[in-house]
Amino acid sequence: MLIKSLTRGEAGENQVTPEDVYLNRRRFLQGLGAGTALAATGSQAGLLDFLSPSAPQTPATGAAPRAPLRYQAGKLESGLILTPEEKATNHNNYYEFGTDKTDPARNSQGLKTEPWTLRVEGEVAKPGTVDIGELIGSAALEERIYRMRCVEAWSMVIPWVGLELGKFLKRFEPTSKARYVAFETLYDPEQMPGQRSSFVGGGIDYPYVEGLRMDEAMHPLTLLSLGIYGQTLPPQNGAPVRLVVPWKYGFKGIKSIVSIRLLEKMPPTSWNLLAPQEYGFYANVNPEVDHPRWSQASERFIGPGGLLDVKRQPTLAFNGYGEQVASLYAGMNLRKFF
Amino acid sequence: MSTTSQPAPPRQYRKPLVRVLQVAVHLGALLPLVWLFYAIPRGALGGDPVKELIHFLGLGALRLLLLTLLVSPLARGLGFGQLIRLRRPLGLWCFAWACLHFATWLSLDLAFAWGLIGDELVKRTYILLGFSAWLILAVLALTSFPALVRRLGRRWKTLHSLIYPALLLVCVHFWWSLKSGWIEPAIYLSLALGLLWFRRRLLPWPRKLPATSKP
Repeated sequence: MLIKSLTRGEAGENQVTPEDVYLNRRRFLQGLGAGTALAATGSQAGLLDFLSPSAPQTPATGAAPRAPLRYQAGKLESGLILTPEEKATNHNNYYEFGTDKTDPARNSQGLKTEPWTLRVEGEVAKPGTVDIGELIGSAALEERIYRMRCVEAWSMVIPWVGLELGKFLKRFEPTSKARYVAFETLYDPEQMPGQRSSFVGGGIDYPYVEGLRMDEAMHPLTLLSLGIYGQTLPPQNGAPVRLVVPWKYGFKGIKSIVSIRLLEKMPPTSWNLLAPQEYGFYANVNPEVDHPRWSQASERFIGPGGLLDVKRQPTLAFNGYGEQVASLYAGMNLRKFF
Repeated sequence: MSTTSQPAPPRQYRKPLVRVLQVAVHLGALLPLVWLFYAIPRGALGGDPVKELIHFLGLGALRLLLLTLLVSPLARGLGFGQLIRLRRPLGLWCFAWACLHFATWLSLDLAFAWGLIGDELVKRTYILLGFSAWLILAVLALTSFPALVRRLGRRWKTLHSLIYPALLLVCVHFWWSLKSGWIEPAIYLSLALGLLWFRRRLLPWPRKLPATSKP
């Protein structure tokens, strides 16, 4: 079902949510939520706030501005529930801005994302740089609603907006020698406190680097994301451009990318360098291979409910995208290449 | 801090001061929990507060444990013996925080999936360490009622020396539980080792605890 919605250009104009409706949907939903919450809890609303859906706000003062995007709307796979935007933008791993889940939203709002150039080089016939502002304006963007599984055993469902990485890379004409793709996050200690101090940055050797095999990078599910929830990315989610590989653990989705390099050899990756026994290069979501310190067989889904509304669900092989991607790993021992 | 100068407050103020400090201990341990009720819905612990909440409660329990163990060296150093009255409330609050920490993990993280919980307790050494520390704290909390303290007599002291291994277990549990970074757990471990160093002569099994004499 999901695959169908992805076959290029199939969704007609009538399927695209009108922008004003889309842009106002949150206000509508908030109003709806507030109404039901009020009706349900009545005068005790204040006390029972603890149990009701948390509605954290992006820091009001100095929150980085976001712009609405034009894109072809995606479909929500049946059975999936969207993670509320407030949760997806206030629960982030972005160690450049601190290791607590709330640190990135708090510390990243000043990140300067304009202008932003992304370099594509290495084993390509036409190396070059791309201005992300121009890319946002010119590329045919589409929405992809994906499950997101963090290696820490929690998950979300997030509507990404972006373009297929494969299509993007083809512009630069990869050579036959290109077998891997290496990505690099901005290195700017002045803007990123985690890069200034190992105490803030969790001991990672910055800049953060990630990598994919060429066939993984060219897979139609792999997304170069420029936005979430209909708008450009907020800094804590990796503005202005990040990677989304839905069948892999979230740490593969490198944020705020400045460089993409096509290579003959497998590139190093940050978490693997920090703890090779815990994080592999492939990092495919696999319920059968536990993290040394916790089980990967199930996950806590972060949905619209309150604190006590715990939804523990089984983790799916390849995060539920096995039908599309399992063949990439045919014959590989996924316990060894975790 | 020398014992000869004894910078304790004048005798007549000591009793009321201890009272005030006792109230401060209760408020200090209770108010952060009250704060959680208001802060969580307002997003202070992030979009998904479960992990942060577990961490907040665990770290709070560790801090209370360190404070509990600070009482007797402080009382001795200051020549202010009545300070010892702070030790029991601090220890019990530490246990309360540890219970909340454990209960949050059981309920909000693992959703009472008992099969998974059993597996995790056995398979993950750092969870086993934390669980062992919690069991020790439970025994100490249950044997801290004045009537039992009197009945146990000398054995009470021996039993309650278990707090030292518990402290080390908690520090290692904390260190091991982190995805990355070592500075913060190293600070807590050094504080713990410092507190044990004060007592190096009093420890009932100094030879069996090599970790305390290493640094």
